[in-house]
Amino acid sequence: MTSRFRTQLEEALFPPIIALLIALVCGDLLIMSYGQSPATVYRLLLEGTWGNAYGFGQVLYKATTLAFTGLAVSLGIRAGLFNVGAEGQLAAGGFAAAFVGLHLTSAVPWLIAIPLCMMGAAVGGGIVGAVPGYLRVKFGAHEVIVTIMLNFIVLALLNWLIANHIHVEETLHTPEIGAGAIPRLDAFMPAFHGSAANLSMVVAAITALAGWYYLFRSRRGFELRAVGLQPDAAEYGGVSVRGVWFRALTLSGAIAGLGGINYVLGYKHYYEDGLAGGAGFLGIAVALVGRNHPLGVIIAALFFATLSQGGLAIHAFVPKQMVEVLQGVVILAVAMSVPEVRRVLRLGRKPVTA
Amino acid sequence: MNPFDFVTQTLRIAVPYLFAASGGVVAERAGIITLSLEGYMLTGAFSATLGAHYSGNVWIGLLCGMLGGLIFGLIHAVATIRFRADQVVTGIAINLLAIGITRFFLKLAFDSSSNSPRIGGFAVNTSALGFDNPLLWMGLLAAPALAFLIYRTPYGLRVRAVGEHPEAAESVGISVKRVRYIAVALSGVLAALGGVFLALDQHQFTDQMTAGRGFIAVAAVIFGRWDPMRAALACLLFAAAETLQIQLQGNQIMASQFVEMIPYVLTIIALAGVVGRAVPPAALGKTGE
Amino acid sequence: MTASAETNQSPAILMRGIDKSFGSVRANRAASLEVLRGEIHALVGENGAGKSTLMRILGGLQKPDAGTLEVNGKDVTGWTTSDAIAAGIGVVHQHFMLVPTLTVAENIVLGQEPKKGVRFDYAWAVAEVETLSKETGLVVRADQKVSELSVGEAQRVEILKTLFRGAKILVLDEPTAVLSPPEVRDLWVVLRRLRDAGGTIVLITHRLDEVIEISDVITVMRAGETVTRLETGKTTPAEIAKAMVGRDVALAARQAAGLTDAGDAGDAAQHMGAHTSADAASALSVTDLVVMGSRGTREVDGVTFSIRPGEILGLAGVEGNGQTELIEALAGLRAVESGSIRIGSRDVTYDNVGQRRDAGLSHIPEDRHRRGLILDYSVADNLVLGRQREFASRGMLDGARIAANAQTQIEAFDIRPPSSSLPARSLSGGNQQKVVVAREMGREFTVLLASQPTRGVDVGAIEFIHSRIREARAAGKAILLVSAELNEVLALADRIAVMYRGRFVTVMPAADASEDVLGEYMIGSKKDAA
Repeated sequence: MTSRFRTQLEEALFPPIIALLIALVCGDLLIMSYGQSPATVYRLLLEGTWGNAYGFGQVLYKATTLAFTGLAVSLGIRAGLFNVGAEGQLAAGGFAAAFVGLHLTSAVPWLIAIPLCMMGAAVGGGIVGAVPGYLRVKFGAHEVIVTIMLNFIVLALLNWLIANHIHVEETLHTPEIGAGAIPRLDAFMPAFHGSAANLSMVVAAITALAGWYYLFRSRRGFELRAVGLQPDAAEYGGVSVRGVWFRALTLSGAIAGLGGINYVLGYKHYYEDGLAGGAGFLGIAVALVGRNHPLGVIIAALFFATLSQGGLAIHAFVPKQMVEVLQGVVILAVAMSVPEVRRVLRLGRKPVTA
Repeated sequence: MNPFDFVTQTLRIAVPYLFAASGGVVAERAGIITLSLEGYMLTGAFSATLGAHYSGNVWIGLLCGMLGGLIFGLIHAVATIRFRADQVVTGIAINLLAIGITRFFLKLAFDSSSNSPRIGGFAVNTSALGFDNPLLWMGLLAAPALAFLIYRTPYGLRVRAVGEHPEAAESVGISVKRVRYIAVALSGVLAALGGVFLALDQHQFTDQMTAGRGFIAVAAVIFGRWDPMRAALACLLFAAAETLQIQLQGNQIMASQFVEMIPYVLTIIALAGVVGRAVPPAALGKTGE
Repeated sequence: MTASAETNQSPAILMRGIDKSFGSVRANRAASLEVLRGEIHALVGENGAGKSTLMRILGGLQKPDAGTLEVNGKDVTGWTTSDAIAAGIGVVHQHFMLVPTLTVAENIVLGQEPKKGVRFDYAWAVAEVETLSKETGLVVRADQKVSELSVGEAQRVEILKTLFRGAKILVLDEPTAVLSPPEVRDLWVVLRRLRDAGGTIVLITHRLDEVIEISDVITVMRAGETVTRLETGKTTPAEIAKAMVGRDVALAARQAAGLTDAGDAGDAAQHMGAHTSADAASALSVTDLVVMGSRGTREVDGVTFSIRPGEILGLAGVEGNGQTELIEALAGLRAVESGSIRIGSRDVTYDNVGQRRDAGLSHIPEDRHRRGLILDYSVADNLVLGRQREFASRGMLDGARIAANAQTQIEAFDIRPPSSSLPARSLSGGNQQKVVVAREMGREFTVLLASQPTRGVDVGAIEFIHSRIREARAAGKAILLVSAELNEVLALADRIAVMYRGRFVTVMPAADASEDVLGEYMIGSKKDAA
C-alpha cells in the first residue's frame, strides 16, 4: 500500500478512534461520579449487549434502523448535501408502509405484500426527501434548514393523521397491518426470544451493499461523488450538478423511509407515533462516525446501538442517560477531529511540486 | 377571549423565543450556524434549577443558568472556530449532549428521571400576569438591546463585517476569531436565559422541558432574516398563533398540530424566496477548509 | 550609483536581494525594487513574474527568505501588516476587501471605528469620509451601500480606506483590470493628484499602454527576478514588452525542447501546406460570438474565426482579455449571449458539455485543480472523467475497461508514477497535467481546446505535451491553443491571433509573427482593421 493511500485511510480512521478514546475517558468520569468502577460497568455493558442472545438481538434491531438512517445521511453527504431530515423521512416511511399494509388482507402472499409495503416506505420517505431537493435546485434554499423544518412539519402532520383518523382507541398507533409482516429472528433462532430483531436487518445489509455498488461501481455514483468532491470538475465532466442534487436528496429520503419497515413490518406491525425516536438524528452521528462509507455506517450503527442497549443493561449502576451523554461526546469529538486530523496529516505530506 | 389575557399569554410564551432568537441572531450574523439554541436553553433551565435549589436564591439560579449557557456556547465556539468542526453537526451534537447531561445530573442530583423538586420563581403573587417578573422584561428588551449592539456599536459593526466578508475584516486588523468567540458566547448566555425563564416560571425543571422551542427560535431567526427586531416580531407572531390555538381549543378551527407547523412552514417559504428572499450572512457556516 | 543618490533623499521603498519560496516554487529570486518619493512607479510583469509576492512582502503579509526591505530609509525587513499600515503603506488589492452589506463610511472606518461613549459614532465617520473625499477628489457617497457601487466607485473606497489610515505610499494591484476606459482616466486624475500632494504610488500591472500613460518609472520583473528599470519617458512599448516576455527565456526553452527559430517557422509553414487545403471545411467556426462575464461586462465582444482540420490556431494575449470566457463558452461551461459556434457542420451553440464532446470536442481546461481533475479520485477515474458513459454498460462502470484505458494512457503519455490507483492529488503538477492531456487527447476528437496546457509544468513534460499537440495536428485535428506564454504560441501555432479587450485584434500566419510584432498587439497599441 503506497504512502498516499495510507494517508487517505488514516484520515478516515483516526477521527473515530480518537473520538472513541475521548468517549471512554468521559465515560470513566461519569461512572466514577456515580461512585462506580468503570471496569465493572463497561464489562456489564458488553455482557448485556453482545454477551447474551436477547441483548444482542436488541442491538441488531436498533442497529438496523440506524443503518438505514446512517446510509441515508451518508449518501447525501457524498453528494455534498446535508440531510438533517432523516427523522421525518423515517416516520413518513414507516407510516406509508403501515398504510399500504393496512389495505392488504392476509390473503395476499408475503412475496407480494412485503415488497409492496417496502416500496410504500421508500416512496413515503422519498417524497419527503424530494421537497428539500426541489427547493435546493429551484430556489437555492439550503437543505439543512429545510430538512430540519420539514421534520417538525412531517411529524406534526403524522401525529394529526394518527390522532384524528387512523388510530386504535386509547392508543396512538394504527391498526395492525393485514399483510406484509417481516418475520422476527426468534422465529428461526429461539435463542433470540423476546427481542425485536427481525429480518429487516437483511434488507438493511442489502441496502448497504447496494449503496456501496451504487456509489463506487455505478456511473451515477461516480458522478454523485464527483459533485460532492469538486462540483466544478463534475460540471466540466458533463454532469448535471442540479440533477445530482435532486436525485441524491430524494434517494436519501427513500432510504431513510425504508428504515421504517424495521418497526412497522418487523416489530409491532403497526405505525406508532414516536416511531422515529431520535434515530434520524443519530443517523447523522452514524454517518459521521462511519465516515460516510456503507461499511463504516454498518459498524457505526452497531456501535451506537450497543451504546443504546448497553445503557439499559447498566441501569442499576449508572443512569442510562450516561449513554446519551456519550453519544453527544462521540459526535462532537469526531466532528472536531476530522479537520484537525486532515490538517496534521497533510502538513507532513510532501508538497506537490510544479 | 379577553384581549389583555391574550397579550399577556402571548408575551409569556414569547419570552423564551425572544431570548433564544436574539442569541441566534448575533452568532449567525457573525457567521456561525447556530442550531444549538435548544441545547443552550435546556442547559440554562437546568443550571438555574440547580442553582436556585441549592442556594435558595432565585438570582443565583439565574446566574447559574447564564453560566450553563456560557459553557455550552463556548463548547460550540471552540469546536467550530478552533477545530473547524462542521457547524451543523456540532449544533446537533450540543443539543444531544444537553439532553444527556441534564438527564444524567437530574438523576444524580435529584434521583428522578422526570423532574426536579420545586423551586421558587420571580412571580411574587401567583397570578398569571407575571409583569413583576424581571425576566419577562429582560426578554422583551433582549431584541432591542441586541439591535443596538449590532447596529450602533463598534463591536456590532465588526460582527456584521465578519459574518459577510471575514477576509476584509482580517485585512484591517480585526481578529475574526475573537469577534466570533464573543458572539457565540453571547448566544449561549441569551438562549440559556430563555430556559431560565421557563424553569423559574414553571417552578421546576422537567425532562426535555424546552420541547423544541429552540428550533422555533431558529425558525424565527431565519424568518426574521437575521435582523433582531424582525426575528423578535417573528417570535411574537409564532407565540400569538400558539395563544390563539390554546384559546380556541374548543372551537377546533385548526387542529393544534397545524398551528405547531406554522413557524416551520413560514420559514421554508421564506427560504424559497416566495415572499422576499431570506439571504443569510454571506460567510455563514464557512469556517471549514 | 542608485537613482536616489542623485536626489539626496532616501527612497520611499528600497528592496534588495529578495528571495522568497513557497515549497519548491521560487516566487522571488534576488528581486529588487527602488521607488523614490513622489513617484508613480509601475511594477510590470507577466503572471507568475513575482510582482504580487514582492508586494506582499512590502505590505507585511509575508516575510522574505533573504534580502532587505527599507522604507523611507529605515530597515524594516520582516515587518507585520500592522507595522506596514502604521508606517503609511496602503495596499489596494485586486480583489476588493469591502463588505458589500455595509456602507462606504462603515467600510472605511472598519477596525478603527470612532466612538462616542459606547456607541459607534457613525455621523463622525460620514463627515470624515466626505471631507477626505473632497480633499482627494475621490468622489463617493459616504452613506451608500458598497453593494450598490460601480467597480470604479468601489475602488475609490478602497483607496480612501488606505488614506484614512494615513497611507503615504500606495500600492495598487492591477487596478485597471476591472475598469472601463473612462473610469481608468478618472483613476489617473486621482493618482496624479495624490502624487502631487506628496504621495508615492506603486502600480502593479501588465497593461502596458496604461503604464506608458501614467507612470514615471517602470520596473520589469520576469520569472521572479527584476529584469530592468526603465524611465517611462525614455523607453518604448516594444522595449517593455520584450523585457517582460524575454527573448532569452523563450530561446532557452525552445532549445531545451529541441527546436530552433528557423526550423520552427519552416515547420509551421510546411504543416500548413501538407495538412490543410484552402477549401477544406472548417472543423471549428465561430461567428460574432458575444459572451458576458461574471461582472456583467462583455468579456468576448464579437469574435469571429475558424480553424481547419490539421491546423493550430494560437491565441496570444495577456490574461484577462476574454480568453477564459471564450474557451468556457466554446466548451459549454458558459452561456453565449449571441453569435454561433459550429463544430464541423453541427451548430453546438446551445449544446451542453456532453453533446459537444460527442460532436468531437476535447477540452484541456486552464485550471486543472478546479476543472480538470478531481484530486481525490484515482488517476484511472480521472482518466474517464467526462467519458464515464462510454465506460459504463447498463449503468455500471466497467472496472476492467477503465483500468485497461488507464494503463494505455499512462504508458502513452508517460505518466509518473505509473500507478492508476493513486489519487491524482499525489502526482506532481506536470504529471497531473499529463493525466488531463491524456484524457482529452487520448480519445476520438476533431477539435481540441487547449487552454494554458503547460502552465506550472516542468520542462520535460512541456516538451512531451507539445509533441503530442503536433502529432494531433499531423493527424488532421483542429486545435485552438490559448496560452499566456508567447514562446509556446510561436513554437506551435500555424496562425496566431491576439486577443485584446474581448476582440481579435489581429490574425496572422505564424511565419509573420515574432515577439516584437505580437507584443504591440498584445499591449493594445496596434489593431488591425476588422
